[in-house]
Amino acid sequence: MSPTDEILREAESARWELGPRFQDEIAARVSEEASHLASRHMQRKGDGSRIRWQRGLDRVLTSRITGIPAMASIFAIVLWLTIEGSNVPSAMLAELLVDTLHPWLKAHALALGMWPWLAGLLIDGMYLSGAWVVSVMLPPMAIFFPLFTLLEDFGYLPRVAFNLDRLFQKAGAHGKQALTMTMGLGCNAAGVVATRIIDSPRERLIAILTNNFSLCNGRWPTQILMATVFLGAVAPPALAGVVAAGSVFCVAVLGFLFAFGSSWLLSRTVLKGESSTFSLELPPYRPPNLLRTLHTSLVDRTIIVLWRAVVFAVPAGAVIWLSANVSVSGHSLAWWAIGALDPLAWVMGLTGVILFAYVIAIPANEIVVPTILMLTVLVSGTPVADAPGAGVMFEADDSTLHTMLVSAGWTTLTAVCLMLFSLLHNPCSTTLYTIQKETGDWRWTTLAAALPLALGFLVCTAVAFVWRHLAG
Amino acid sequence: MSNCAPTTCETCPSPHAELRRLGSKSDHWDHTVALAGNPNVGKSTVFNLLTGLRQHTGNWPGKTVSRAEGAFDLDSRRYKIIDLPGTYSLLGTTPDEEVAREFLLFGKPDVTLVVADATCLERNFILLLQILQITPRVVLCINLLDEARAHGIDIDTRGLSRELGIPVVGTAARRGEGLVELLSAVRDVATGAFVCARQAPEFVPAALREAVGKLSQKLTATYPTMQNPSWIALRLLEGDPRIVAALKNGEFSSTP
Repeated sequence: MSPTDEILREAESARWELGPRFQDEIAARVSEEASHLASRHMQRKGDGSRIRWQRGLDRVLTSRITGIPAMASIFAIVLWLTIEGSNVPSAMLAELLVDTLHPWLKAHALALGMWPWLAGLLIDGMYLSGAWVVSVMLPPMAIFFPLFTLLEDFGYLPRVAFNLDRLFQKAGAHGKQALTMTMGLGCNAAGVVATRIIDSPRERLIAILTNNFSLCNGRWPTQILMATVFLGAVAPPALAGVVAAGSVFCVAVLGFLFAFGSSWLLSRTVLKGESSTFSLELPPYRPPNLLRTLHTSLVDRTIIVLWRAVVFAVPAGAVIWLSANVSVSGHSLAWWAIGALDPLAWVMGLTGVILFAYVIAIPANEIVVPTILMLTVLVSGTPVADAPGAGVMFEADDSTLHTMLVSAGWTTLTAVCLMLFSLLHNPCSTTLYTIQKETGDWRWTTLAAALPLALGFLVCTAVAFVWRHLAG
Repeated sequence: MSNCAPTTCETCPSPHAELRRLGSKSDHWDHTVALAGNPNVGKSTVFNLLTGLRQHTGNWPGKTVSRAEGAFDLDSRRYKIIDLPGTYSLLGTTPDEEVAREFLLFGKPDVTLVVADATCLERNFILLLQILQITPRVVLCINLLDEARAHGIDIDTRGLSRELGIPVVGTAARRGEGLVELLSAVRDVATGAFVCARQAPEFVPAALREAVGKLSQKLTATYPTMQNPSWIALRLLEGDPRIVAALKNGEFSSTP
């Protein structure tokens, strides 16, 4: 017998003699010593005023009655600021990158003797989709991330978890899922990684599988565009911004409801079990450091997420341009694909272009809007000046965009269904990869993709059916 | 306070001037420093302050989910620093606690920098005492001093240092306050200029001492390099599966 085995055996037999109680005794001694140490070397001179206002704030922000309304209003304000604030800079960026720089690049490339097809692929395909992603994504992110980080540094996120804990518990999920879902509002892949704070494997899996229901930043441009162009346009101009923000807010809340619902479903089927208890510390409110917050949220979050979007958008731009310009039997590849998807899309209240765009945009949700726009131009055959290839994007303010999409057969129903489908569809490939890494099981990864996709199909179909029925 | 005596401090250059933040370039190093503490006490802020990195910090417990590594250069010695996830205890079974415990036991850091929240020392000291059972080479950083002051809390760092036998430094990492003192404390423990001498109170109940003593003697005989045989002996008596596995795998027989 080796010395190690001997030691182990001896420990084993001693353990039987000693019984199980001594661990508690040691823990008690340690905590007694800890409190001695603290009391010997620390003096408290009464409550500071800070404690009093913190308690007051917590009474409002975490109360049973005002907690959830306060949370909803904070969230709505953040959303409204993001939508309203990003309008103007988005237009300016599009003006610069798409309207000015693009024709200039194209003209110079052709003047320098570049082959037209290469200029089409590089400039009309790759450059344009990259430029479009930057102008659509950068402003909302540059507003949302700093606001979110301010709330985070202030100490509000654990209060969100506290407020939602009861709901999550009823759904058989972990209260900390509220934290991971809030992280998911920024990026689902980050939200999936954040589920590591949940100790129970069962509840962690639920949190991973349902994280996709929090509307990530990449999907916001789709929501914002649809809400502004179609839903905001229905309202009187003065209220357009509020209606647009309100409808995006509703979709985001709907996402949380779907998260509760599917958590409930999962915890009663494949992931049965009771929700475990945990203690969540509500940290003190701390004044955020404005400059540092701005720096970290802009440099670490905005630029990184934007870079990722551009990296995916550039090759996707090439794919779109090629699918629009390579013909088989007299029609472009895109034409065939869209035609094949059209019947299914009609049932779901969508169009073939949208579904095809979602196939191309699997790598990143961010590029859905540019892809839809590029493909629509191609299919509806809207003439585009100085563009030798089809599938080129062009200047699009809200009203011309509205006109163009309507002429491509879009209705308010299409916009509503697109907003729903954008919420309820498979996670992007980065998130799926992260889920695979975190769970180590392709079956959970498949479920994570199939569950929202199935829900999206059902919900869109139901909405389209009822809508058409009511509309006669 | 237990950094170098005033006379030596006058001759040695300001540590602040000698600090070179090396970001995540931690390919070779002279000393390793582990950063441990309760959740949400500002470990990542201290980490960023030392390395110049911008590991994202946030005001909620559980922000750092995996360990982050960085490096800094001080008096031409290179330190690798590992930001461990925040835990309340080292004895639990959550992934965070395992990562932290694992590193303190098998990563054998030269210095363990325990960051504590000045506004709730008592709870933070539980982890500190547990860490002191594993390794004596600890620097206690009492962070969030600014917040403690706002709460009207006064902390006697000298007294704590005397009683614990380790350097104790008060900081407000968000403002960079106390960095100079913190650096010299870490350097002194790493280089051996400060010898941590903990007069540990006896936590082990009398009935157990004999069994622990016998086991730890055997452990020392088999594994001469083992740093903390009595702690390991205690874990074995509890039947801690991770420690049992580590013994079987020979993780303790490797040289430090």
